[in-house]
Amino acid sequence: MAKSFALKALGFVSGDDFWRGIASIAVFLIFWEVGSRSQALFGFAFPWVSQIPPPSSVLQELIVLIQDPSFWMSALLSTLRVFEGFLAAMVIGIPLGLAMAVSRTFYGITFPVFEVLRPIPPLAWVPASIIFWPTQELSIAFVTFLGAFFTIVINVIGGAQAIDVRYFQAARSMGSSTWDIFRRIILPATLPSIVVGATVGVGITWAVVVAAEMISGGGSAGSVGGSGGGLGFFIWNSYVGGSYTQIVAGMISIGIAGYVSSAVLRKIGKWLTPWLLEN
Amino acid sequence: MSVRPAATHINLAVSAQPTRKGSVRITDVVKVYGAAGAGVLAVDHCTFDVPPGEITVVVGPSGCGKTTLLNAIAGFHSISSGSIHLDDELLCGPQKLKARPGPDRIVVFQNGALFPWKTNIENVTFGPIMQGLLSRAEAYEKARDMMADAGLRGIEHNYPGEISSGVRRRVEIVRALMNGPKILLLDEPYRALDSLTKSVMHEALLEIFYKSRVTIFFITHDLEEAIFLGHRVVIMTTRPCRPKKILDIDIPHPRDYSVLTAKRFREFMDETAAAVHEEAIKAFAAGEKER
Amino acid sequence: MTEASPARVLNSDLPLSPADDAAHSIGPLALAAHRFLLWLRSPRPYLMLVGFTLFIGFWYLAVEVWKLPRFSEMPGPTVVVREWFSRNPTYGLSIFTPEYYMHIWVSTRRVAIAFFLATAIGVPLGLFLGWSERFKQYIFPVFELLRPIPPLAWVPLAIVMFKGSETPIIFLTFLASFYATALNTMLGVESIDVSYTRAASCLGATRWQVFLHVIVPGSMPFIFTGLQISVGVAWFSLVAGEMVSGQYGLGYVINTSYTMVRYPTIVIGMITLGIVGYATSAIVRLVGAYLMQWRTRELALGGDR
Repeated sequence: MAKSFALKALGFVSGDDFWRGIASIAVFLIFWEVGSRSQALFGFAFPWVSQIPPPSSVLQELIVLIQDPSFWMSALLSTLRVFEGFLAAMVIGIPLGLAMAVSRTFYGITFPVFEVLRPIPPLAWVPASIIFWPTQELSIAFVTFLGAFFTIVINVIGGAQAIDVRYFQAARSMGSSTWDIFRRIILPATLPSIVVGATVGVGITWAVVVAAEMISGGGSAGSVGGSGGGLGFFIWNSYVGGSYTQIVAGMISIGIAGYVSSAVLRKIGKWLTPWLLEN
Repeated sequence: MSVRPAATHINLAVSAQPTRKGSVRITDVVKVYGAAGAGVLAVDHCTFDVPPGEITVVVGPSGCGKTTLLNAIAGFHSISSGSIHLDDELLCGPQKLKARPGPDRIVVFQNGALFPWKTNIENVTFGPIMQGLLSRAEAYEKARDMMADAGLRGIEHNYPGEISSGVRRRVEIVRALMNGPKILLLDEPYRALDSLTKSVMHEALLEIFYKSRVTIFFITHDLEEAIFLGHRVVIMTTRPCRPKKILDIDIPHPRDYSVLTAKRFREFMDETAAAVHEEAIKAFAAGEKER
Repeated sequence: MTEASPARVLNSDLPLSPADDAAHSIGPLALAAHRFLLWLRSPRPYLMLVGFTLFIGFWYLAVEVWKLPRFSEMPGPTVVVREWFSRNPTYGLSIFTPEYYMHIWVSTRRVAIAFFLATAIGVPLGLFLGWSERFKQYIFPVFELLRPIPPLAWVPLAIVMFKGSETPIIFLTFLASFYATALNTMLGVESIDVSYTRAASCLGATRWQVFLHVIVPGSMPFIFTGLQISVGVAWFSLVAGEMVSGQYGLGYVINTSYTMVRYPTIVIGMITLGIVGYATSAIVRLVGAYLMQWRTRELALGGDR
């Protein structure tokens, strides 16, 4: 198994497509670096790129930040917020979605209300959320929950509705009870859609967390100087403080964190659904 | 005794091209998928001829490699060695492992490939218009004639999604014939149809064949279908495929469904059923092993 | 067997499809009207009524009748409705005030610009990414590199990069929209059955003709799904951007209503956002349904698989 993994990794690296990708990323970075320094290099500034700090400075900033414990505190805080909001969305969203898919009556009652609330962007709920919940932390969590909730429910419904009716017929003819059918047919069959909903939902959750942190000033931890408040607050603070390299460094960190969470979820998803073969 | 139908003014008879014959010569073709050494042998030294102006049917178990052969003739896949000729012209061979797809060899696909976003007549006129051979008005007129001739009058402006799949197949065949192909390549076109529709489709296909006399290369796993339709039947082994038995079916044309109960038909079935069944068992066993 | 068989099947004159007549005579409008009537006769409208009554009822009871603890500060439905439809609103925003429509217009205009830009750039890019393996190998890694960065994280950088107050917000909205569109378009191209491209090349089409006549129409369903998602994402980013750094617009309204303790206006803003967001999404969907008549008919008539 290790051997096949090593072979695959090697194949990936030695493939032409890998190097082409690297080449264009390199071009992109070079363009960025040159554009940022255009004033110094050419005497005139490129339109938008010249306002941004060059990648070399950002890299230096990142190295500094990695060694700063308060930065990791911010990252941890954001990750925790994503986690709790996301978990809440799954815990409430999956059963709700399944109930809606299984019962026509329940669907008829709840879906229209659901569809009416869905177009309201999660961030529009921030003020209402702050008014309603006692702590700022909870209000951020609620908005985060909303972000992922709608996506997950829609995906669950879609997945459950797509189950071939013959699976039910086969199970019934073999004497399965309703609970059995739920446990052994509906749940596993919907799992792939749940995974897709989760992977998309976590991306949305990150976007909402960052936004909420920026808007509400970092939550209860934000008032304690810059050591906390999450990555969104960190970026906003960097902007206010005029440290542009920190802005970009913060953005990159969020990007990496978001990517890692999606990748982790996809791995968990594959582990949960081994019957879906890859070609 | 075979009696040729009286020549009627037929539009399906594709406009005369003196060189149009459509004979295919497959010589020692080998196809290996995947990296050399760890590859899968799909076609193993296949050699046989497809005579012009006749229906040649290739029968074999699923996955034996017959579609690979069809794709090689059509130009979708390359071959590893050997050669394929169309009317003495090289399609693919040692220097040129992959043929170029073209309107001289048109494929009718298993699940149908009529463009769902175009109306039936837009589909049918696609070939000549794309190649710039006919103006839009000319193409439409010719298409209307050919569709009417094939019993498809009235659905010109419907979309493929609005008609039944059996009718869709017929439209697809007319779309192919509009281009005067030398050979029609049919890749298990009736596989997805129920047997009642299938028998009607068989008769329709034969009727179209009698009018147009285009060479047909037909792939199926259904032995009855093969013997019913074909002038020549090639029985393939399981993967990697090789011709196991080649029969010339001397049941006279034109044929209709009464052929199915004729004595000669049963004789052919007796002769071939054992061979086909043998390969089917091998294929089944091989499928089990491939875990 | 010695008789020449006349073309029995081909000349049979039987109807070629079950929905033969229907397919010819029904236009898109009539189809829609028919389905609306069917809907009215089903239990669905009444269940919908039950759902909304429960929702609004609960809200009303919790805030204005029982005065539950958490709900004490929130505006109840009657307050909101009264404010929304009043000629002289206490907090300055109702359907009778021009400012209301100005804010709606500002937000919608921003979304429209960003959305159209994103579509104009995203669809062609997505088509090429799906169509050319080589192109994808070069461009996709850079594309994916920037994608995980959430839209709002771009706000400070956008403010730094672009002058003025409008451009950063539109840029933000554009980015989010663009990614959704490009990705879905690419997926659309990749999901086209290879038989279609093969059939086209058999029939003598050049690569460019295959692109125009097979790839583009074939990926339309996916493109339009992507566009609907893209509109939703655009509103999401726009509101975020407006709340952080904007003047005018619905996001700005919601934020300032909060800071100025004008709570009913918050709800008015939210509801308006919901309505406008839904409307834009519906427009995209309708345009798609119109452009893809073949699919609407296919789905309506059930097809024959």
